[in-house]
Amino acid sequence: MKINDVILRTVVKAVVFIVLTLGIYLFFAGHNAPGGGFIGGLVLASAVVLMYLAYDIETVQKTMPFDFKKIAAIGVLLATGTAIGSVLFDVPFLSHTDAYYNLPLLGKTHLTTVTIFEAGVALTVVGVVVTIILSISEEGEEQ
Amino acid sequence: MIIKLAVLLPFFAAALIPLVHKFIKREQIGWFVLAVPIILFALISSYIPHTANGKTFIHTLEWIPSLSINFTTYLDGLSMIFGLLITGVGSLVILYSNFYLSAKESLHHFYCYLLLFMGAMLGVVFSDNLLVLYTFWELTSVSSFLLIAFWHHRKASRAGARKAMVITVSGGVAMLVGFLMLYAMTNTFSIRELVAQVDVIQQHELFIPALLCVLLGAFTKSAQFPFHIWLPDAMEAPTPVSAYLHSATMVKAGIYLVARMTPIFGGAETWFWLVTSVGLLTLIWGSFNAVRQNDLKALLAYSTVSQLGLIMSLFGIGSLALAFDFSEELTPVFALAGFTALFHLMNHSTFKGALFMMVGIVDHEVGTRDLRRLGGLLPFMPLTFSIALIGAFAMAGLPPFNGFLSKEMFFTAVTSLQHFDVFSLESAVVWMPIVAWLASVFTFVYSMIIIFKTFFGKYHPERLDKEPHEAPFGMLVSPFILCALVVLIFFFPNVLAHYVLQPALASVYPTLPLDAITPHISPWHGFNLELFMTLGVIVLGIVLYKTKRYWSYVYTFLQPRHSFNALYEWIVTTTENTSQRVTNKYMNGYLVHYFTYIYIIFLAVIGGYFVMSGAFNFDPSTDSKVETYELMLVCIVACAAVSLLFAKSRLSSVLITGLIGYSVGFFFIIFRAPDLALTQLVVESVTTALFLVSFKYLPNIKPEPSAASTKWRNAIISVAVGSLVTIIGLTIVNYDKFEPISKYFENSYELAGGKNIVNAILGDFRAFDTMLEVVVLFIAGLGVYTLIKLRGRKEAADIENK
Repeated sequence: MKINDVILRTVVKAVVFIVLTLGIYLFFAGHNAPGGGFIGGLVLASAVVLMYLAYDIETVQKTMPFDFKKIAAIGVLLATGTAIGSVLFDVPFLSHTDAYYNLPLLGKTHLTTVTIFEAGVALTVVGVVVTIILSISEEGEEQ
Repeated sequence: MIIKLAVLLPFFAAALIPLVHKFIKREQIGWFVLAVPIILFALISSYIPHTANGKTFIHTLEWIPSLSINFTTYLDGLSMIFGLLITGVGSLVILYSNFYLSAKESLHHFYCYLLLFMGAMLGVVFSDNLLVLYTFWELTSVSSFLLIAFWHHRKASRAGARKAMVITVSGGVAMLVGFLMLYAMTNTFSIRELVAQVDVIQQHELFIPALLCVLLGAFTKSAQFPFHIWLPDAMEAPTPVSAYLHSATMVKAGIYLVARMTPIFGGAETWFWLVTSVGLLTLIWGSFNAVRQNDLKALLAYSTVSQLGLIMSLFGIGSLALAFDFSEELTPVFALAGFTALFHLMNHSTFKGALFMMVGIVDHEVGTRDLRRLGGLLPFMPLTFSIALIGAFAMAGLPPFNGFLSKEMFFTAVTSLQHFDVFSLESAVVWMPIVAWLASVFTFVYSMIIIFKTFFGKYHPERLDKEPHEAPFGMLVSPFILCALVVLIFFFPNVLAHYVLQPALASVYPTLPLDAITPHISPWHGFNLELFMTLGVIVLGIVLYKTKRYWSYVYTFLQPRHSFNALYEWIVTTTENTSQRVTNKYMNGYLVHYFTYIYIIFLAVIGGYFVMSGAFNFDPSTDSKVETYELMLVCIVACAAVSLLFAKSRLSSVLITGLIGYSVGFFFIIFRAPDLALTQLVVESVTTALFLVSFKYLPNIKPEPSAASTKWRNAIISVAVGSLVTIIGLTIVNYDKFEPISKYFENSYELAGGKNIVNAILGDFRAFDTMLEVVVLFIAGLGVYTLIKLRGRKEAADIENK
């Protein structure tokens, strides 16, 4: 039986972008409003999973040629790196700092090292969730 | 700060190796690695002029200040000696292994582990904080494990690595307990502050337990009797590793600890008796066993055990200098033992390093290190022979080599016990010098075995795997540098004493006047007792060596089944079997059973706590009014939960679980917790997708037949857990046993610079948790990946012993 999933695919095409944007928005909003690295990462991961559900693995891998294990590893390195990095500035392990800067286009912007830490969290979540779901489903296809 | 970077540099380099090893040729990787210890050696030795003047360097970096754990590096004379040994011998060993290991080996692993070890060892000797010291201490055990098992396709390597790990790590845990006791006494982890509070410690009732625990750590690490059994087995490691870790540096960590702790524990009777007698016992047992070995490396392993015992016993005798008030006559006599210990520590590293490298050369060029097959190699390997000659004569305590000086001083130290009359020493005065002297005789015998059995005697080409020839120049450089040191130290011992040993002595005896206790080393003291002892050693040693075949039957009394190895095997197998039996009893594969354990413990601990502390008090009248839509949501969740029990297919149970999850998400929305709601909703969606992909693996639901009593029991447990959680939820509002921490979080904008409290907690207040959770998540993901991906290839490769 051939499953007709035209509707799903069409909807996914539009929805994935909304979900991805939402994920990125949530990530940056997290500092002062609901959101943050963990939720942002989860939303991004769910967008990827949605694509895998609607299309087959090969198609998605062609559009997103990432190794999600490496993404997770980069995330872990970012998070631990921010923690260790503070030692180089002669302050206790895992100290964060923040400041306001005037950036072109964005105007007065609040920059903080927590964002790097949270980016690490987000990347790890994306990488791990997608890796787990992919490896389980790929194994299922081989059988 | 420089010292801190020195500790961290090997770790950075080790982390860099996996990244760059693909871009450089295999043979070249060792040359890049060689730069690390050379730079560090130059760096550390640039401090020698300062430490020689008694200056110390300290730098603190706050790591976890709330737990008083700070990464404090402390450079004084004692850490200077070890720093020089670690980096100096490290440079020579890496230079040597560039020629010793073939390019086909996985060199990037080897050098990565070696650098890890170097960093960890530097961390041990430069840390002032006991907990940081402990961390590095265990890291040396781990890297030693990896290095012993470097040829992990061999069964003996894996067994040796495991044995070393089990013994040293158990000792390390005991040491940690000792450190915690010290903390309980003084409220500080800093060694310098402990030394300052030595009066408090010595009066405390935990003094003896802490002493025993710390010594257990030192004895296991330094292979003292009866824990020495791991060291001979660790010789399965590549020879450069044996030369570096298992003779020159790591096994001396225990000695370092004893030296470091002498100002704190020294002067106590237990300390003196334990350290001295265990040291002497190790000394004689190691040398006695070394004589019977047929493998050159095993012989050197036992000789290392014995020499470590010698240094240990010297520190034991040296601790007597702190046992009574300072006196012009007696204190220098005992401080001499401590000085000799430091001196012999240096000497042993030079000659034993050279000897290990010599054995490596023989093994490499001839193909065997079995004494029964070797012999008559002198014409083929004259340069290697001279290394063996210098190293072995130094070990035997003959002039003109540095071992002679320290051996003479060792005799002085053991005979000096007669000057002392506390601790009921009368018996020790007699047996300690005799044991020391006998052990030196055996030391002489096995030193002669190394030289004469290998290089003289009959040459048997048919017993050798390869045509013997001299080693390449590169392999000879390192041992020759060490041999040059052996000779130089003999002729100029007081240079070394002034710049390196005297400052170290100041760290061991911080309270004593340094100039009064520093001896002048000279090779000739006239015809005194020590010289006659040495002459006796030589005469009796030659006799014993010549007549070895007539008395070697005494070794047949040492049955393998009565040895400490057998005891170790028995302990390990019994523990394994028992724990397996116990685990199989409750880990029976039934999910229901696991939940039963978890819930019963939950009920007992949490419920029990609430009942005991009388925290169950709630007043529904003070709660806010329950709205109708909230009741509706509760109904939905409850109905879904009940209907889950009657679901006939997996799909419907997955969907119903999802329904419960989403409804809970709505609760979060109603109660204005958008972060939680968002997380809950996304997690539910992703979990549902996960269920969908793993459907293929799951069997159909079958009703499991079980007795009515079981069903009732499970029902009671479930209802009890549900009620407990509900009641706790109602109670928690009024709970006032602890101070609320929310005040802290409400200030998040000022404290952490963020207005979102949830994220301020995650990313700042509790960032340590988050960081480790990220790591755990990553490890779990990798676990799933490897379990699934590598499962199919299980039969492909036979990883067992080849």
